[in-house]
Amino acid sequence: MNFYAVKAIYKFEMARTWRTLLQSIVSPIISTSLYFIVFGSAIGSRIEQVDGIPYGAFIVPGLLMLSLLTQSVANASFGIYFPKFTGTIYELLSAPVSMKEVVLGYVGAAASKSFILGVIILITANFFVPLQIAHPFVMVFFLILTCITFSLLGFIIGIWADNFEKLQLIPLLIITPLVFLGGSFYSADMLPPFWEKVTFFNPVLYLISGFRWSFYEISDVDIWVSIAMILVFLAITLFVVWRIFKTGYQLRK
Amino acid sequence: MTSAISVKNLNKVYDSGFQALNNINLDIQRGEIIALLGPNGAGKTTLISVICGIVNPSSGQILVDGDDIQTEYRQTRSKIGLVPQELTTDAFETVWNTVNFSRGLFGKASNPVLIEQILKDLSLWDKKDNMIMTLSGGMKRRVLIAKALSHEPEILFLDEPTAGVDVELRKDMWIVINKLRQSGVTIILTTHYIEEAEEIADRIGVINKGEIVLVEGKDELMHKLGKKQVILQLRQDIPAIPEPLQHYDLSLSDDGSELTYTFDTEGEHLGITALMDDLSDNNIRFKDINTKKSSLEEIFVQLVRESE
Repeated sequence: MNFYAVKAIYKFEMARTWRTLLQSIVSPIISTSLYFIVFGSAIGSRIEQVDGIPYGAFIVPGLLMLSLLTQSVANASFGIYFPKFTGTIYELLSAPVSMKEVVLGYVGAAASKSFILGVIILITANFFVPLQIAHPFVMVFFLILTCITFSLLGFIIGIWADNFEKLQLIPLLIITPLVFLGGSFYSADMLPPFWEKVTFFNPVLYLISGFRWSFYEISDVDIWVSIAMILVFLAITLFVVWRIFKTGYQLRK
Repeated sequence: MTSAISVKNLNKVYDSGFQALNNINLDIQRGEIIALLGPNGAGKTTLISVICGIVNPSSGQILVDGDDIQTEYRQTRSKIGLVPQELTTDAFETVWNTVNFSRGLFGKASNPVLIEQILKDLSLWDKKDNMIMTLSGGMKRRVLIAKALSHEPEILFLDEPTAGVDVELRKDMWIVINKLRQSGVTIILTTHYIEEAEEIADRIGVINKGEIVLVEGKDELMHKLGKKQVILQLRQDIPAIPEPLQHYDLSLSDDGSELTYTFDTEGEHLGITALMDDLSDNNIRFKDINTKKSSLEEIFVQLVRESE
């Protein structure tokens, strides 16, 4: 194992975060705060409680997931796409590193950023709404696994993309709709019966549901189903990354 | 002793069907400086990229210090430093960070003293905290060299290191390269400035259309393929080369004032004395005499033409 390389990539990627503090940390905090102000305080004050939880507090887990998913994908995809775009990837390809180490460095850094972001958003939320976390360990478990899984997904997108448009395509067209329609702002049983059934085909629903359970012990699906789902996602992303490196897809000509 | 690099039957066909390398066989000895010359698109960069692990070979084998570059890639790559042709840098990073990043990436513990020395040798020390995007092209080239040297490679690839570089940097660079050579580093260089290769290389490899045309010691090559010319400025113009002199390899300038005799430097009988006598017998007098030896550039052009 080339630990120095993992450390170098990790440090390099984290340095990018501090350099682009506004973009990577401040802007998600501002947008999340806006959600709290608009949905939590302004509109939320006129919405009745959901399963006994004030609406503003109800949406915290969903909002966190929204930020974690989009930021994990954005960070990790950009992290590996940018060297491809500028050509500095030559160094990575000519270095004595295995692809496992490359993934560990890039995905580790992207996941760390998301995790830090998640914690900051949680603290921010605390200023706007009364928070309670019923199962902190489960919450952290979901937080960490989501950061890792979606950073892996971002990494896959970054490798697959050969232009900036493709880089934005999946986050904009797939991930954002799935998160919005996955119960970030509502409980599945608030939907008409048909759409409630459709919603269960949305994988993100299981993440949000499980995550919300760790806060308030309310969920759309059983917590074990949610845990199983996040593990399945992780397994799928790991498998795809493994396949990519097995074939050298898109990196080595 | 095993070669520093041994390339055996190497082929590279890109997905587009373009054959960039065609059955390349090449042995590079430890500690030598070999210059790879070839026209644009000859396959020099592809060859370097395959050896460094950036491009996958289609077939064939490459050993670095006896280790296969595919199965033993950790050992082989950690010994190689590469200065790429393109100025690809992390625009937003500082010089110091990017050079240290390279060292870590190649599996070495940080060594600020060494990095400081490298930056000083390349006149980059006062720029160490500058963002790379603020540097000039020549300075960026230095950064790439510093990155390649940061992990103390035993083998250094310089792909067109002096393209678009000013005289001062070239001088600095050759000083660094000489220092590396003295410490036993094997250097593989591609360049379009053939006089550079002529000055610095021990051996010359010529590549054209993905094939090695020849690999030869520089001095042997110059001796074997180099030609000498004696140019005679005539006292009186002559309309044509007289019949008795036709068997010499002579050419007459258009205005009839200059006679050029070309001969092989390898030939045993150069025939200059005989030519002088024959000139005198035919009443051809000259007022000045010049000799010219063909440059590596001329030899190179001739080799490439012959291989077309």
